[in-house]
Amino acid sequence: MIGFAIAGAGFAALVFWALVGLPDFGHYHWPYGNALNAIATPERHATNVVGITVFDYRGLDTLGEEFILFASVVGVSLLLRKDPEEHVPADEVRSDPIRALGAVAVVLLFVLGLWVVAFGYVTPGGGFQGGVALAGAFLLVYVVGGYRQYHSLLPHSPLEMAEAFGAGAFAILGFVGIVYAGAYLGNFLGLGNAGSLYSAGSVPLLNWATAIEVCAALVVLFSEFLKIYMLPAASWTPEEGPR
Amino acid sequence: MSYLPYALAGWIFVVGLYGVVSSRNLIHLAVCLTVMQSGTYVLLLAIGYKNGAAAPIFRPSHHPAVDPVVQALTLTDIVVSVTVVALILALALAAHKESGSVNPEEIADFSG
Amino acid sequence: MIPLQVVIIVLVGGGALAVVLQRDPLRQAIVNSLYALLLVVLFMVFQAPDVALSMLVVGSIAYPLVLLVVIARVRNRGEEATDTADP
Repeated sequence: MIGFAIAGAGFAALVFWALVGLPDFGHYHWPYGNALNAIATPERHATNVVGITVFDYRGLDTLGEEFILFASVVGVSLLLRKDPEEHVPADEVRSDPIRALGAVAVVLLFVLGLWVVAFGYVTPGGGFQGGVALAGAFLLVYVVGGYRQYHSLLPHSPLEMAEAFGAGAFAILGFVGIVYAGAYLGNFLGLGNAGSLYSAGSVPLLNWATAIEVCAALVVLFSEFLKIYMLPAASWTPEEGPR
Repeated sequence: MSYLPYALAGWIFVVGLYGVVSSRNLIHLAVCLTVMQSGTYVLLLAIGYKNGAAAPIFRPSHHPAVDPVVQALTLTDIVVSVTVVALILALALAAHKESGSVNPEEIADFSG
Repeated sequence: MIPLQVVIIVLVGGGALAVVLQRDPLRQAIVNSLYALLLVVLFMVFQAPDVALSMLVVGSIAYPLVLLVVIARVRNRGEEATDTADP
C-alpha cells in the first residue's frame, strides 16, 4: 500500500493542478451551450433542451451509446450461455397483502414509466430514464410474484427481438432521414407546437425506439443472471472461450 | 471555495481508484469502478454550471440556463454503464466458476 | 456557491469513501444505493433534472438487481463448494 499511497498522492496532485486551470465554478462562458439554449426551442419546437440534444443535435452519439448497450447485452448472453433443465424453484410469494400491493405497484410503475418516456422532449425524462423505469415494472413482477409468474410473463426470445427492434429502429429512422431530409437522422415530420406532445418532428419516434431498447436490454440482462442463479451449483460451465 | 466541485470530482476518482487497486473481491471491484465513473459525471456537470441560471427546460418562457450538452452526455452514460458493469460481473461469475474464488489475487495464481 | 451546494458536496465525498471502505459486497450494494440518492440531490442542486432522474432510476432499480443476483449466486456456490467467503 505504500507504493499506492505515493503514486496516489502524486496522481491526486496532478489532477488537482489540472482542475485548477479550469474557469471558476459557475462562470461558464463557452459558445456551444449558450447557442443551443438560444435556438433549440425556436428551431425544433421542443422545450426540454437536454432531450432534444440527446436525440437531435447529438443523435449520432446516442446511436453509438445504444449500440454499446446492445453489444454489452450480447456479451453477457454469450458468457452465460447454457440451456438449463427447467429447474423451477419453489419461491412463490404466498403472502396475500404482498401480492395485492405488488400488483398495484407494478401497474403504477408501468404507467409512470410510460409517462416519463412520452413527455421526454417536453419535460425532464426521455427514452433512457423511462426505459429503466419500465424495466423496473417488469422486474417487480419477479419480486412480488416468484419465478413462475415472471418467466411466463416474459419469455426470452420476444424480449431479444424487442431489444434488436429498438436498436435497429433507431438506425433505420436515420436512413429515413436521409431519404426525406437529406441528412442522416434528419427531421422528416412536421414540427408542431412547442410544449405539447406533437412537437420536435421525428424525435418522438426515436424516443420510443430508445425506450423499447433500454427496457428490453435490462430485462434480458436480469433474465440471464436469474437463469444462472436458478441452476443447482454444479451444473453450469461458462462458454469455452479462447485461451 | 469555487474549486470545491472540481476537488470533489478529483477526490471521488482517487478514492474509487484506491478501492479498485486494494480490492480483494471482484464484485467490490465492480462497484468501486462505478464510484470512479460517478466522479466523471460530477466533473462534467460542474463544468457546465452557471451562477444564477436554472435547468434548461424552457416552460413556460425562456430564462438563463446551464449548459445542456454535458447533461446530455452524462445521462446516456449513466444508463449505458449499467450494462457495462453487468458484463464485468458476468466475467466475475465465469472466473468464480473456473477457479472457485472471487479474489483477484487467487484467480491470478490459478492456471487453467 | 450557496450553502446547500457546499453541504451536499461534503456529503457526497463522504459517501464515496463509505462505498469504497465497505468490503462486504452485500452491504456495499446497499451503501451504493444510498450514495446514488446523495448523487441525485447533488445533480438537482447543479440544475440537472434529467441527469438526476437517470441516476435515480439506475441507482434504485438497475444496480441493486444486477448486484444482488450476482452476490446471491456467488454465495450459493461458495457455501456449497469450498469456503472462499471474504470476511
